[in-house]
Amino acid sequence: MATAADAQTVAGPMVPQPFRVTKRRRELADTWTLELEPTGGARVLPAPGQFTMLYVFGVGEVPISVSGDVDGPLVHTVRAVGAVSRAICESEPGTVLGVRGPFGNTWPVETALGSDVVIVAGGIGLAPLRPALYAVLRQRGEFGNVALLYGSRTPADLLYRAELGQLRGRFDLEVDVTVDAAEGGWHGKVGVVPKLIDGAHFDADSAIALVCGPEIMMHFAARALLDRGVPPDRIYVSMERNMQCGLGHCGHCQLGPTMICRDGPVYRYDQLERLMAVHEL
Amino acid sequence: METIEAVLREVQLFEGLSHEQLETIAGCGQNVQFPEGELLFKDRDPAESFFVLRHGSVALETFVPTRGAVVIETLEAGEVVGWSWLFAPYRWHFDARALSLVRATSFDGACLRGKAESDPKLGYELMSRFAQVMIRRLQWTRLRLLDVYGDGHRS
Repeated sequence: MATAADAQTVAGPMVPQPFRVTKRRRELADTWTLELEPTGGARVLPAPGQFTMLYVFGVGEVPISVSGDVDGPLVHTVRAVGAVSRAICESEPGTVLGVRGPFGNTWPVETALGSDVVIVAGGIGLAPLRPALYAVLRQRGEFGNVALLYGSRTPADLLYRAELGQLRGRFDLEVDVTVDAAEGGWHGKVGVVPKLIDGAHFDADSAIALVCGPEIMMHFAARALLDRGVPPDRIYVSMERNMQCGLGHCGHCQLGPTMICRDGPVYRYDQLERLMAVHEL
Repeated sequence: METIEAVLREVQLFEGLSHEQLETIAGCGQNVQFPEGELLFKDRDPAESFFVLRHGSVALETFVPTRGAVVIETLEAGEVVGWSWLFAPYRWHFDARALSLVRATSFDGACLRGKAESDPKLGYELMSRFAQVMIRRLQWTRLRLLDVYGDGHRS
């Protein structure tokens, strides 16, 4: 597992390393997936759940979760919501971006060995969970039931739609998808993603749940998991705040006593529930 | 063939009810099925029953002028469809349409209300259990009202 310390090059962890965009694929109207390769330096070796700081020269830097197979090229799925993320999305193959990291901790894939695994994703929250899903599927025989529960705003907002279709064809993976709102042409479920938890097949006492999406969606999903009987210390959520340095030095991503870029972004729900309830944090 | 009482035992809504109570509720039930596309009930019609879905899925819809039928929520096997039978004026608030072949158990609302009136303990159980269904759906609806995916979260 690579850590922030591993990311230190001769230049240091605060200096972006040049990476070239090798592929760019549109996922949604405002969301793109980029593949990046180093222009000459070391490859980035992230673990599922980690993020990098992506720098568009002359524009700025943002934290972006790794969304691809950690054994492959560096892959990020980015939603264009601000000046920097928009510039990243507009980066054609050949463009050089700066990369720092990987930073942060990881999804507890090893902890889940031998257990059922429930992956609950909302919206673009599927992107940070995808490396964990790949890691589980790579050693599929080592886990019990595996369920991927995914929700988005509308059918047009479903991320990795073709891949979800392929995953649904597997006999060793339960995939359930819902949307908040749909009109003609959608034959799937309509409702919020936490509702899917009721119908998923897993042993509540021993399952490990990985949850990622908007914070309020994670809150409702965690409550639905608790209602099913999943212990709070077996529910993991991925948080995001204003990550800037990636090393826990600048303090921008502080959440109470924890720095999300350094101690997170993945937290056990029992460690975070109280902090999530504090409005001022 | 599975009895209606046996079906009820599998439904979370009725978990913990006594054998006698299940028997009473089952006495108001009958098995029904709807082909794909058929309405289980229609907005503003008298709400004379509720359904426990055993197979298939159902869409709760409302008709919006210029947009047509808009799906509010889908319900799956194991879930309950309908609570308007429990509250005056006993009229449906949405359409319910079978999205596939639906097999369900339908319960006569007037029959159950009558039994609840003569057996307040059963009435309390039914009321509190349907209140749980309504609370849960209210919470999900509130979550949807927040439009949580629309704020640019998680780039």
